[in-house]
Amino acid sequence: MNIKNIMTGAAIGVLAASGAAHADVTLNALFMAQAAYSEDDIRNMTAEFEAANPGIKVNAELVPYEALHDKIVLSQSANGYDVVLYDVIWPAEFAQYQLLEDVTSRIDDKTRSGILDGAWTTVEYDGALYGMPWIADTKFLFYNKDMLKAAGFDNPPATWEELRAQAAAIKEKGIVDYPLVWSWSQSEAAICDYTTILSGMGGEFLDADGKPAFNTGGGLKALEYMVGTLDDGLTNPNSREYLEEDVRRVFSSGQAAFALNWGYMYNLANDPAESQVAGKVGIAPAPGTDGVSKASAVNGSMGLGIPTKSGHKEEAWKYIQFLTSQNVQDKFAKLSLPVWEASYSNPDVIKGQEPFVEAAKTSLAVMAPRPTMASYQEASSVLQEALQNAMLGSVKPADALNDAAETISDMQ
Amino acid sequence: MISYRKTVTAWLLLTPMIVIIVGVSGYPLIKTIYYSLTGAKLIAPDVTSIFVGFDNFVRALSSSKFLEAIWHTTYFAVTSVGAEMVIGVLVALLLNEAFAGRTLLRAMLILPLALPTVVNAMMWRLIYNPDFGALNALLLQIGMLDAYRSWLGDPATALDMVILADVWKNFPLVALIALAALQTVPKDLYEAATLDGAGVWNRFWRITLPAILGPLSVALVLRTIEAFKVFDIIYVMTRGGPASSTKTVSFYVYQEAFAYMRVGSGASYALIVVLISACLIAGYMYLIRKQGEV
Repeated sequence: MNIKNIMTGAAIGVLAASGAAHADVTLNALFMAQAAYSEDDIRNMTAEFEAANPGIKVNAELVPYEALHDKIVLSQSANGYDVVLYDVIWPAEFAQYQLLEDVTSRIDDKTRSGILDGAWTTVEYDGALYGMPWIADTKFLFYNKDMLKAAGFDNPPATWEELRAQAAAIKEKGIVDYPLVWSWSQSEAAICDYTTILSGMGGEFLDADGKPAFNTGGGLKALEYMVGTLDDGLTNPNSREYLEEDVRRVFSSGQAAFALNWGYMYNLANDPAESQVAGKVGIAPAPGTDGVSKASAVNGSMGLGIPTKSGHKEEAWKYIQFLTSQNVQDKFAKLSLPVWEASYSNPDVIKGQEPFVEAAKTSLAVMAPRPTMASYQEASSVLQEALQNAMLGSVKPADALNDAAETISDMQ
Repeated sequence: MISYRKTVTAWLLLTPMIVIIVGVSGYPLIKTIYYSLTGAKLIAPDVTSIFVGFDNFVRALSSSKFLEAIWHTTYFAVTSVGAEMVIGVLVALLLNEAFAGRTLLRAMLILPLALPTVVNAMMWRLIYNPDFGALNALLLQIGMLDAYRSWLGDPATALDMVILADVWKNFPLVALIALAALQTVPKDLYEAATLDGAGVWNRFWRITLPAILGPLSVALVLRTIEAFKVFDIIYVMTRGGPASSTKTVSFYVYQEAFAYMRVGSGASYALIVVLISACLIAGYMYLIRKQGEV
């Protein structure tokens, strides 16, 4: 009798537990806390999703960009996440290891044509789509209007040489010690800055045969330009240990006239609670080169995907569709512009950030990709080290890039 | 018969422990050795593991980057452990004297040790910050610097700065062990030595140091093993930069296995580190034994 009671109790307990699990699916989602949408934005979007979808709870985890790749890869064996945010440079590797679900068949034609072409490249590899684009972003040139005016310039520079000349004039007039600030630490951030300049100077990462080509032409000129601004004292020497948030801090405290950073900085640098230069911040597409390009940009877009090991793919897809929907993106458009073409003519999106949207129209159209290769992570860290060696003056730019090119072509 | 039964009982009692040890360290160790001889990838390691013999080891030892990482690690271990031993013993000697506020100081000694490494690393990053760091402010105000400078962004200083942060956190361990040992040294020895005319220096070398040498070597072994596998403080403070000047072997292993997904060669790198540590420990054990005989 006693035993029967216990067993009945246990059975009811199990039923209750499984019933509860059925009603409440918890999705584990991985995001980054660095540039683009802020943690508040992501939490607010998620709360709206949960309110609209009773029965689905989302446990959103935010990590620094630097940890994102390794987290996605390592969680594969522990089937940790149902939704992950990933960078444009990873789909080749993820596809090779089948880390992400191919969602091509889930995407309808209307979605396909409504989203910017550049954004689709983020999630596409070898003809298949491994998620939805969510963040359409690139590096912009931010400038301090007051400092430019004080140095006698009415417009931001249109070419990289002009940028250098304006910076030199600003330094000479004693307006600021180091007019330029960048994110040149040994990290992916430095590769993004380098790619921006490389593309504007007409360089190519890989040639038509897929062999490294960044050690010649525009790629070499770009690094020589970077090292040159350091040698001339125009670039803040601490740039060599900065990430994006350091750049924002230095620029927002009025210690730089120009900064290269992601779009999220525009509204934060103009927010009096976050910045001492609020109201003085201008934004322009990163400059070009006479006779080569009008503007420069790197494809820094990111997408949302479903890991193949996820146990809640349907719910995960619902969540992704919600986050990437035009309504949600238009509502949270202050730190990250929408991936939808129609958003760029939506007055609610444009209002209050006209210069940002204007610059984005130019920049997003000329975004240069970083190379698509399965061993990108390793190639990137070889190049990061080469950039650092050159910027620290221990190796000449040409030698540093030649070495890196040789190492990378051995890897292939 | 009785002795046989005793042996069986002893083995039975030991079994749970043996199972745990074999499961927790034996199996992973054997698996690591196995992977180190293959070209296994992180995703589906068992499918991708093709036997490659000692290729991984040959490649590791002929790679200048790997040897550089070993050098960084050795420099880190020798410098940080050396500094921790000296500072630790000095602090222990101080705290062994009777003075007002001694208990408070002894309690404060625990604080750095109680701090998680990641918190410690973040804290020192702030102290070293090139724009508003406390170290720059201090050195500027006492006139040792003309202008704020970058500490972690300069390959000439970055590794030393990480070592300083590590020493600050870990010298209390040495100090605590030394302090405990100091309290077992009989006071009459010092009185007798003083009567015989031995000075402070002599008393330290002839009485104090031999008395605490045993416990100190334990601290030395523990700290050296820890220092040789240093990873977390590097990961948080510099991520191996600038220009890879702070890339230690563990960081190298991490990158190889988890960022580039090559578990096979990652395992071989890790085993080389284990081998180096094992040699050091064997050396220490030999020294300790030798002292025991004297």
